[in-house]
Amino acid sequence: MAPKTSPEVGGMGHSVKRKEDPRFIRGKGTYVDDVVLPGMLYLDIVRSPFAHAKIKKIDASKATAIPGVLAVITGKDLEKYNLHWMPTLMSDTQMVLPVEKVMYQAQEVAAVLATSRYAAADGVAAVEVEYEPLPVVVDPKKALEPGAPVLRTDKKDKKDNHIWHWEWGNRAETDRAFSEAEVTVKQDIYIPRIHVASIETCGCVAHFDKVEDKLTVWMTTQAPHAIRTVFALVAGHVGLAEHKIRIISPDIGGGFGGKVPVYPGYVIAVAASVLTGKPVKWIEDRMENLQADSFARDYHITAELAAKKDGTLTALRIKTLADHGYTDAAANPSKFPAGLFHVCTGSYDLKAAHVEVDGAYTNKPPGGIAYRCSFRVTEAVHTIERMADLMAHQLGMDPAEFRMKNFVKPEQFPYRSALGWEYDSGNYAGALRKAMDMIGYADLRREQAEKRQRGELMGIGISSFTEIVGAGPSKHFDILGLKMFDSCEIRVHPTGKAIARFGTKSQGQGHETTYAQILAEELGIPAKDIKIEEGDTDTAPYGLGTYASRSTPVAGAAAAVASRKILDKARKIAAHLLEVAPEDLVYEPGKFSVKGAPNRAKTIQEIAFAAYTNHPQGMEAGLEAVSYYDPPNLTYPFGSYICVVDVDKGTGEVKVRRFVAVDDCGNIINPMIVQGQVHGGLTMGFAPALYEEISYDEIGNVQGGSFIDYLLPTAVETPRWETGHTVTPSPHHPLGAKGVGESATVGAPAAIANAVVDALWHLGVRHVDIPITPPKIWRLLREKGVTE
Amino acid sequence: MLVKVTVNGEKHEAEVEPRLLLVHMIRETLRLTGTHIGCDTSHCGACTVLLDGRPVKSCTVFAVQAHGREITTVEGLEQDGKLHPLQEAFMAEHGLQCGYCTPGMLMTGVAFLQKNPKPTEEEIRWAISGNLCRCTGYVNIVKAIQHAAATIQGGA
Repeated sequence: MAPKTSPEVGGMGHSVKRKEDPRFIRGKGTYVDDVVLPGMLYLDIVRSPFAHAKIKKIDASKATAIPGVLAVITGKDLEKYNLHWMPTLMSDTQMVLPVEKVMYQAQEVAAVLATSRYAAADGVAAVEVEYEPLPVVVDPKKALEPGAPVLRTDKKDKKDNHIWHWEWGNRAETDRAFSEAEVTVKQDIYIPRIHVASIETCGCVAHFDKVEDKLTVWMTTQAPHAIRTVFALVAGHVGLAEHKIRIISPDIGGGFGGKVPVYPGYVIAVAASVLTGKPVKWIEDRMENLQADSFARDYHITAELAAKKDGTLTALRIKTLADHGYTDAAANPSKFPAGLFHVCTGSYDLKAAHVEVDGAYTNKPPGGIAYRCSFRVTEAVHTIERMADLMAHQLGMDPAEFRMKNFVKPEQFPYRSALGWEYDSGNYAGALRKAMDMIGYADLRREQAEKRQRGELMGIGISSFTEIVGAGPSKHFDILGLKMFDSCEIRVHPTGKAIARFGTKSQGQGHETTYAQILAEELGIPAKDIKIEEGDTDTAPYGLGTYASRSTPVAGAAAAVASRKILDKARKIAAHLLEVAPEDLVYEPGKFSVKGAPNRAKTIQEIAFAAYTNHPQGMEAGLEAVSYYDPPNLTYPFGSYICVVDVDKGTGEVKVRRFVAVDDCGNIINPMIVQGQVHGGLTMGFAPALYEEISYDEIGNVQGGSFIDYLLPTAVETPRWETGHTVTPSPHHPLGAKGVGESATVGAPAAIANAVVDALWHLGVRHVDIPITPPKIWRLLREKGVTE
Repeated sequence: MLVKVTVNGEKHEAEVEPRLLLVHMIRETLRLTGTHIGCDTSHCGACTVLLDGRPVKSCTVFAVQAHGREITTVEGLEQDGKLHPLQEAFMAEHGLQCGYCTPGMLMTGVAFLQKNPKPTEEEIRWAISGNLCRCTGYVNIVKAIQHAAATIQGGA
């Protein structure tokens, strides 16, 4: 679709260069660790070497004797203010600092406050803690066995480690479909614990001004407004009031979901600043980040798929055990303890489905947040896409043909899934066909057959995913009761330039550019003349923040709606200036003209000037609008990815030779940025497919707790991504857009896993859990007698 | 200990603890915050600066080791109001998103192009393999380095 606006205006569809870049390429961004205030103190944290232990004694005397160390803060200090525990977003509770026992390795034990970063670290090393180790529960299955040590002894009536049971769908209908099925497949799938590992870790500078009673916190947060309210609710009793809390989310060095939760370090820093009246900086290091911040995934899934002999899918049944660590600190909308996992019927027209999930406590860090994905959607997509491939292979059908047969058809939209979602729009076959054409699917299958003759291992994997993003309609979606709307406030200045502020917060997605393009599209004001601001709760309108690909679907929609409010007023002003009735005007971006007399026109800049200098009698001056947008539905981006792998028989190494990604995110705001989001998302799909995992030994020692063994892909391993797109607009979004930041992370792992299994299927391999590491494959090849 | 360094052409001296890391001196003593910290183990490269023209991870160098030497940080790439061709190329090719790894990538890239002005894609990928990026998937960073190589070759 050709853009509606000129490149000078830079509305939707233009690859406008990013407004953020000039400061970043000069090293002039302002990230939280760049904030320095006069008299600022540094906070560092003592962490537990044990996964489960009683704290018998904390001796701070050697630490406080170190020059520069001012105080050592323990749980007992916070207990005086009832701040030693805090609520999680899922209505569970989490320790800020422990009073009795620690529940995972690297848990916060005490905090050292000092005049410098180095003195604080010295203090941490000098704090002596006496522990009494307790039995450790690492495996969530064992956690639920009778007789397992009960971990949450803080909960008076808790007699086991079961957190919750959640189920969705029609069990009886699904069971019946399975009992009548001609073909079924069943598979255990483990989706391991991983970490977003944004290159900037988490941290804050908390500054409590005792004169003004005002708390300002510069903080690595994706949701500054919600954080302000949480602080007011949790710490109201110690004198913090919401009008005197200001959260500033500065430039953020990657978020991906990891900067949604409130971590204990933030709370301790705030408490320390309130108590001392001095600014306090807390910046975690990489090991703290990987070992203690919220993890993602950790789903133990058993999935079953039923079909007719001709390949028509009939039913899906899933049981899952969710390992949440010692507390459920997931960041899901309140009503959805397993997030949107029930989008697991995926792109297929399944008539019956049932899914159940049980949460378990273990001696691991808390979490269950996203890893660059809408709530639990990767888990859902990985399951259905692996199962679809398993069924196709089982039936001896080509996986592409099998998918084509079972896709929800374009004419079925809006489509109500067996698990109750209303998919807005889609053309799944279109995306898959395009991906097959781009990669040369038929030729690859021929090549694979030839190679197999020669004993070479080559696989082709498909993933045809459907995402569910843009939370969400207020009827169903809230976080701690806060409805998941988002906002945009626009002010057009007298000279026709504008500023717009949003309730979201970019972490690299380029909102300063894309939001300006939305306004340019609607108002015709050049994008370069529009300043975008986010992240300061004293100035920006309230919103729920940026995660789950919700910025474009929700705040982007708010930008369009607020723009249209501006245009309503602009039309009246133009009518006044041109001395015609408002309905006698026609609008094109940036200009109202008189019907039939196109030369009689007023530009948006002229109208803006008149709004302050010559507005009609009886009309208020100014040209401003605000929208708090409550989406009528979620959006459902989709795509098809095809991946070709070669497996080294000697080493078990999997090499991704080609990877084609066709995405459909509806109407595109900035093609360059969309492609960049897909590249990044694919790399964060590739990473857990082949490299990343945080695991624990039997006594709860973390494996994968630093970049030494938590392997982020470098430029050498990362494939040269090939991207394409189709455009199926969302019918309910004002701009027809859907959101794209996470699609590729959600869709990519299954394509890679499917390709590996495809390469090994003839040897009898049916499934490989991610990450697909060389030792895992090497062992499989040995088992199958391929490698000696 | 007294450390004297030249940073981006300006002479500086500072009294530092012997254990002070160069990255902390750059960021906190000299207040040049473009150089970032992303890990504890020298893997991420966000702290890359040039020491006598060679890229080093400044989290793995003590400030005292830089005594008497020349340091270039990302803030020193722009000369007389003119951006380095690699900075221009990163903007043109969308080679950055959150911007956090960018200064380190730029410093590695600048040093690499001086050594190898006509690199292949493979050579570029190996050259930046000590710098982690979580946002871009590297494709556009590679393109940006190719773009800058072409610009420099063209004598612009």
